Formats: sequence, C-alpha cells, structure tokens
Amino acid sequence: MTFDLFVLPFFIGLLFLVAVLVIKYSRWIALMDAPDRVKAGMALFSVNLLKSLREVFLESLLHRKMFKRNALLGYMHMSFALGWFLLIVMGNLESRIYSGGHINPPYYPIFLKFFIHDKRVLPFEIFTLPGFFRFTMDLLLLYVLSGLVLALFKRTRSKWFGLKRTTKHNSFDRWALTSLWLIFPMRLLAESFTAGIYQGGGFLTNTLGSFFALILPVQYLAYPAWWAYSTMLGVFFVTLPWSRFMHIPTEIVLIFLRNAGIEPGKYPGSFSEIEIRSCPRCGVCIDVCQMNQVGLTGSTAVYFIRSLRDKQPDISLNANCMMCGRCLEACPVGIDTLGLRVGARNVDNKILASDFSYLPARQETEKNVDVVYFAGCMGHLTPAVKRAMLQIFEAAGINYTFLDEDGSICCGRPLKLAGMKDAALKLVAENTSKIKRTNAKILVTSCPICYKVFNNDYKLDGMQVMHHSVFIDKLVEDKKLTLNPLGIKTVYHDPCELGRGSGIYEQPRHVLKQISEVAGVTEERANALCCGGSIGELNMSATQRNVIRDNALNVLCEPNPDILVTACPLCKKTFGPGSGTPVLDIAELVAESMNQEKPALKSKTIVEV
Amino acid sequence: MDKKAVNFGYIVTRDRQIDFDANDHTISRIVANAEPSLNLCISCGTCSATCSAAQFTDFSLRKIILLLRRDEIKSLEKEISKCMLCGKCQLVCPRNVSTRNLIIQISKALTTVHP
Ligand code: SF4
Ligand code: SF4
Ligand code: SF4
Ligand code: SF4
Ligand code: SF4
Repeated sequence: MTFDLFVLPFFIGLLFLVAVLVIKYSRWIALMDAPDRVKAGMALFSVNLLKSLREVFLESLLHRKMFKRNALLGYMHMSFALGWFLLIVMGNLESRIYSGGHINPPYYPIFLKFFIHDKRVLPFEIFTLPGFFRFTMDLLLLYVLSGLVLALFKRTRSKWFGLKRTTKHNSFDRWALTSLWLIFPMRLLAESFTAGIYQGGGFLTNTLGSFFALILPVQYLAYPAWWAYSTMLGVFFVTLPWSRFMHIPTEIVLIFLRNAGIEPGKYPGSFSEIEIRSCPRCGVCIDVCQMNQVGLTGSTAVYFIRSLRDKQPDISLNANCMMCGRCLEACPVGIDTLGLRVGARNVDNKILASDFSYLPARQETEKNVDVVYFAGCMGHLTPAVKRAMLQIFEAAGINYTFLDEDGSICCGRPLKLAGMKDAALKLVAENTSKIKRTNAKILVTSCPICYKVFNNDYKLDGMQVMHHSVFIDKLVEDKKLTLNPLGIKTVYHDPCELGRGSGIYEQPRHVLKQISEVAGVTEERANALCCGGSIGELNMSATQRNVIRDNALNVLCEPNPDILVTACPLCKKTFGPGSGTPVLDIAELVAESMNQEKPALKSKTIVEV
Repeated sequence: MDKKAVNFGYIVTRDRQIDFDANDHTISRIVANAEPSLNLCISCGTCSATCSAAQFTDFSLRKIILLLRRDEIKSLEKEISKCMLCGKCQLVCPRNVSTRNLIIQISKALTTVHP
C-alpha cells in the first residue's frame, strides 16, 4: 500500500508551495541586473557554493548567531530547523531502505509509519542496528517537540529568551504559526495511535501508543489523526509564501547571493525583495532599538521590513529611525536594514528638488600638500575640535591644507540618509573636485558622518581617507606626536558612524589609553548606544531626542569618568548640554595632553626664578 | 517721473498695504501639522547665522520661515532647494525647532500642493 487519500492535503500543499516558489524565484532572477545574474551563475560553480552551504548549515540550521544572543532562543530555533531537517533526511533514508532503494513519492517518507507498521520483520534490519531508525526518528521528533514547548513558554516568558519585547504578528502569520505548531503534536498523535495498534514505533511512540491504547479506541483515532497531520502540513505550506516563514526558503537564497558578491543594491530591486522575505520576524532587533525609550516602536526594523513586504511603507514612520545600526548589528540574518531604509526613503522623498548652482565655481588653485583636512559642517559647530586638530597638525609638522576653512559644502551624507540621493550626489561632485585639487595623499576629517561617505561614495583616486582619531593614532605610532598622561579617568563613546558604521573601535581607545585610564561601560563597541543626535532621524522631537541622550549618558557615565570622550562633533554637541561630566572630542584631549608639558615647565621656571 | 509735476525734493508714496490674510494658507497649515515645532520659532536667525549654505549665498532659513508664516510662498520653492540638509541649524536653534524635518515638509507641501 503506497497511497491513501489522506496524503492529499499535504501533497497538494507541497505542489502549491513548489509552484509559488518557482514563480517567485524566476521573478527575482528576471528582476536582477544582468551583471549580478552572471555573478550568481558563476558562483554556482565555484568554491563560493561550499562557503554558502557551510553558512546555510551554521545559520539556517544551527542558528549560530541566535545562540550567541541567547542559548535558549538559539536552541528553540535550532530544534525546529535542524530537527525538522534531520527528520526529513532520516525519513527519506529510512523509506528508501525499506522500499529497497526505489524512489518514493514525496509523501511516502512523511507518512511512512502509516504505510509500514511492523519494521521488525523487514530484512534490512538484519544488517543494521535493530531499531536504529525507529529510535532516531522518535528522538528527533522529541527534539522538535522540545523546541515547541519552549516556543509556547516564549509567549509568556520572553525574558528567558533574552527578549523583553517580542514581535506583534499579524493574522496571516498567526495562521501559519498555528499550523506549524500543530504539525508535530499531530505527527506524535498519529504515530503513537498507529504504534498503539501495531507496536511498530520507537521508544516514544510505542510507549505513548500503549498508554493511549489502554484508555482510547486507538484503532478509530489513528486514521483521523493522520488526516489532521497531513492537513496541518498542507495549511502550513499554503500559507508559507505569504507568512514570515517564507524566510526559510529565502534566507538560503540570500546567503548564496551574498557569498556570490552581490551587493545590497537599490530598493526596490531583486536583492531587496529577497532580503525583505528573509526576515523571520524573530524580534531580536526590537529590544536593541533606542526608539523604544520614547515609544516610537512603529518603525523598528522588523515592522519596517514587514511594511515593505506588505507594500505599504509608512512615510512618517519610515522617517523615525536614527540609522544607528544597532538593529543591523543584532540581526541574526544580517539583513541590511539601513540600506533598505535609505532605499525606501529615496522613494518617499523623490519629489524634492535640490539646486546648488549658487556654489562658487570650482577654480581653486592646485595645491601640493600631504594632508587635506576637512572639518565638515559639524566640525565647524565645534570650533574647539577644529582648533585642536590644527594644533595637532602644526605640532606634528604636517604639510596640510584646511579645505573648508571658509565654510563647508556638506559631505552629502545627511541628504543621502534622508533619501535624497540625487541631491547628495551633486554635493559629492562638488567636494570631490575640491579635494582632488589639493593633490593630497591623505584626507583627514573630524566628522564620522563625512568619514563614512568619503569612504563609501567618493571616488578619490586612491587618496586615503582617515578619521582624525585614526590619523592621531598613526602620528603617535610614527612618533610624530608625544603624548603625556593626564592622570584622569575617561570613558570612550563609540560614535555610530565610526564604530558600527566604519568598524573603527580600537584606534581611538589606543590613543586614549596613552593619556588616561579608559573605563569600560556595559554597552560599547558594536553595542554602543546612539547619542540621540543622529542626522539619520528625521521626525523625532527635541524632547524625545533628549530622553535618548540622557539614557545613553547614564550608561556612559556609570564608571564616573572625569571626562566623557567621543570622536564625533555631533555626539559632542548632543551630549554636551545634557551631561554633568565634561564631554570632549578625542582631538581636544590629545591637544591638551601635547601641551601638558608646557604649563608644568612654566610653573617650574617661575619657582626657580 | 512726470515732468510737469513740481519737484518738492521728496516723493510721497501712495498708501500700500499687504493683506497677509488674503493669502492662501494651505501650505503653512500642512507644514505646521507635519512639523508642529514650526510654531516655536522666534525668528531669532541663529539658524541662518550658522547655515552651511548661507556661507555661499543669501539663503536664510529664518527668512523662509517668515515667508512661510505669511504664506508668501512664491519664491519659497527656489529658496528651499538650496538647503544641504546638513542639520547645523537644528543643533543651534534655541527653540529646538526640528528644522530638517521642517525643510523636508515645506518642500513636500510645495511640490504636492502646487506641482
Ligand atoms: S530584521 Fe533581523 S533581527 Fe529584526 S526581526 Fe528581522 S531577522 Fe530578526
Ligand atoms: S537603525 Fe537604530 S533607530 Fe533605526 S531601527 Fe535600527 S536600532 Fe532602531
Ligand atoms: S552623533 Fe554620533 S552617536 Fe549620534 S548618531 Fe551620529 S554618530 Fe551616532
Ligand atoms: S534658530 Fe530656531 S528659533 Fe531661531 S529662527 Fe531659526 S528656527 Fe527659528
Ligand atoms: S540644514 Fe539647510 S538650512 Fe540648516 S544649516 Fe544646513 S544648509 Fe542651512
């Protein structure tokens, strides 16, 4: 017997799912840019594929990144993914062996215990461990069910899983989730009832089966239970493509494309469509978002991505994001939430025109310097930082020029973050030509916002871009600057654009350690908080910004530092008015440490005279 | 000047009155709704003093806000397109006006109401 009517809900559901996936995948391939398509095609036949498979195994099955966040959360996700995957693999093996190596219809392994009741008499068992498959299959089922129990606990005890807040799901997701949750209990019941009749199960189903047989008419219940099991599978497969569980097939594609070197490109586009569908709405990004502190929860990465998927992005909500990158850092799938947000803002703000024709004609004379310094708009707002940098250049004997001494043309990043790419590009072009005319080898900037855009979007013909903290570190390493310990305790605040945005964590600390005792705080480096002054946020009121600022200050000033040090003029400007502890830029502190010797010497001479 | 008129050495200009109430208030209303902090502005001009764009041209956010409040919107669109959205104005504003969003909302209102 290899067919029964009850397999139909499952079988039809599966065919439907495969058909939908084929249609969706072909649409994505068609949407792709031609060069990307070639890249992806080539990657299919290179070592990249192995890399992708490894990553799929580690992330999609083992959920390594989830484990890193919280062991219980990782276990829950792993038991579902790995457990189900192994059930499928083992089930297929088992059924292949039982059927003497024939290829079976897809439903056969799933419902094997309906079709084959008494495995003990099968010839194959003589050659392997007796009962090996029955034992393993029961163990795997138990494994998945343990994850299910955890998932139920997570509803009310989300804190155990490292989540203060969990995702609010819409009705479609709830349908899919309910069917998913019912699949495995139904399987357990169906297999147990059948085992109760024929004793053909493993340790779990046989024991349960015998027990059920004592109190229930299992011979009548077994068949309906198989129907229920098949129906749940069918419902799950049919709802999957429109639910968050679409992430299961999509994340694999995402990993593959990423490894093939395809960049998160424009939105809307093929890659962004795939990214959007790779989000399982796990909710890991919810707690890390500082917008929670002011009740702005509507545009958290998970909901923002869902709104894109539902094709109803909310313009005003979309503006509510500091682009701090904390969600990106936390996301176990590595979805480029910031890129998607900028892309969506580009669509929102398409109507804005910008005209910078008033800028003076580009005719600065060519210069010949080693270093060109760009303070940036924000740098000009903090003249002390600017002055400190000029002092440092002088002290180190650098042949430099101050590019925006008489006023900056904005670097373009604020416009870019606001979704006005074309306007941003106009400013990029202006600055590029100004910078190139200096013929410098190194471009030093005081503002991490400028630093990031210079690095990512400017084509400067190999000119090296350095944030001033990195440049200072290099000067000290090259012994061009001598620093004196200041005998103070500092805390270093990682600016978002410099830390998470550009991966610079160590150089500023390295410099600071030579002049002060640097205390650590609970949330630093990649987990650092945003100061709240972010230029990426468009909608928040000043009061709300202050709440975020003050909470960040509480964390940063926990070790009672003498000075709170940052490396971003905007952070300094934001923290300053709210902080009881003085806030200084790293350049200011370095300049002070350079000059430290002079006053000391002076007073000495005075005493001697 | 009329040659026959007697030259007294000065000119008397005719009475002139600008009736701001007669202007169309749609845009300022839309903007004030979208960014209520507009109402906090005291026209102090600090924003204009620090403005990046104003280093190169006579662009002034203070003027823009004044014109908007009077619904004198004719030249507004051209003016507002000069902003670099750098955010300096927001950081210096003593009244905590969310200037960047204000600028975005003004441009949006201008383009959607009078496309
Ligand atoms: S964006 Fe990332 S962290 Fe947030 S719900 Fe989606 S997968 Fe989880
Ligand atoms: S970038 Fe920052 S503010 Fe925006 S959603 Fe992510 S965590 Fe929240
Ligand atoms: S000012 Fe600094 S901490 Fe604040 S958003 Fe910008 S880079 Fe991040
Ligand atoms: S600084 Fe603020 S209060 Fe002053 S004119 Fe500008 S927006 Fe108005
Ligand atoms: S955001 Fe616009 S108005 Fe404000 S300072 Fe920058 S250029 Fe001037």
